Amino acid sequence: MFEKINAQLDIVGQCKRYGLSLWQCPQFLFIVMGVFIILASVVSYLVGARYILSPETVIFIVLVVASILFIIAFVITRSFERLAEASRMKSEFINIVSHQLRSPLTNIKWTFEVMASEEFKVPAEKQEEYFVNVKENIARMVELIDDLLIVSKIEQGSFSVAKIEISLKDLIKDLVERYKVFAEASHIKLNFYSQENLPNILADPSFLKIVTENLIDNAIRYTKGGGTVEIKLIKEKDKVLFAIKDSGVGIPKKEQKYIFQKFFRAENISKERTRGSGLGLYVCRSIINKLGGQIWFKSELGKGTTFYFRLPIK
Amino acid sequence: MKTILFIEDESALQKAFGDILTQDKYKVISALNGEIGLRLAKSEKPDLILLDLILPNMHGFEVLKKLRQDPKTEKIPVIILTNLEKMEDVDKAIELGAKTYLVKTQYRIEEVMDKIKKTLE
Repeated sequence: MFEKINAQLDIVGQCKRYGLSLWQCPQFLFIVMGVFIILASVVSYLVGARYILSPETVIFIVLVVASILFIIAFVITRSFERLAEASRMKSEFINIVSHQLRSPLTNIKWTFEVMASEEFKVPAEKQEEYFVNVKENIARMVELIDDLLIVSKIEQGSFSVAKIEISLKDLIKDLVERYKVFAEASHIKLNFYSQENLPNILADPSFLKIVTENLIDNAIRYTKGGGTVEIKLIKEKDKVLFAIKDSGVGIPKKEQKYIFQKFFRAENISKERTRGSGLGLYVCRSIINKLGGQIWFKSELGKGTTFYFRLPIK
Repeated sequence: MKTILFIEDESALQKAFGDILTQDKYKVISALNGEIGLRLAKSEKPDLILLDLILPNMHGFEVLKKLRQDPKTEKIPVIILTNLEKMEDVDKAIELGAKTYLVKTQYRIEEVMDKIKKTLE
């Protein structure tokens, strides 16, 4: 009972739970408004009782008080809107994640059904192919769950990165090799250029791999009907700049400010298409910030997008 | 021999269904996206189309609409095979002229085969 009351009175704790700052939190603003109304009433009473004011002055004071209350009410409404939007995005996210888990699950289920079917006997030489299918689909599910776990760690603040001296050039070179076949399958040319004698950087290789994989994967995935994806590594003073340019669909201007938000997916891409949970860029930004770098992009609708990140040299 | 066009972007499903349908003496042609599917529907004139809804570039509903607008393909029966299970999706598919709507997770592969056979009879 007391615990419940205490939890209700813990305004700061409640605001944190919503992920809102104090000045955007409805509970806190509600208290501020209440205090303000009480104070305004007391002061108006005292002022009115002590001095005989002209009606115009009274109207003016009332108008000022009303305006301030109106502004506070507006901010509260906006906060509720944000909460509602967050809730909507979460529901949409659950939809997307469910669909993404369902696709590989169906693939596994039906592949096994064919293998176990009494009517249909899988020839021995085809069995391996079927197992490869199952393996690939399990990997898809593992990948999605890994993304979800990273997001959960970011949310809980239990997210720590190691800082090891690594060669970004070698890391990208390996990834480019791995993604070349995937790119070629969609008629996309994957080019990689690195400045000579590029210094090492201080970063967590496993997390940095997640970032670069996400950016390369997106660039290939959203370049429709063939094109080029170019990756560049350049030294900039005491930092290394990574740039990946695609000739893809681009990001609509009005949606660009939301692109690093969790669960967000642009309107011009199918929301339920395979992969693409709306987590990738959120994870990328969290990792790059944690490594002491910056991430940003430039995009033009129908022409393509370039993503950049900058990380400090050791 | 009856021909079935399977428009589906999941290669694992293409494989499993393709093998089982071929064994049942059907000719199977596969398309990994809607554009290729539409092209094959016109050129091959299949007896049945199995259509997924979540496809890269062009949504399955768009494919279905185009199939129904083209005199060459308007009469080919279409079975929707998808993981979308909202009532509005089912209604929309039937309204656009799909013969049957099957939610992948709710059906065993043998049941899907039965539906295919019945539609082709």
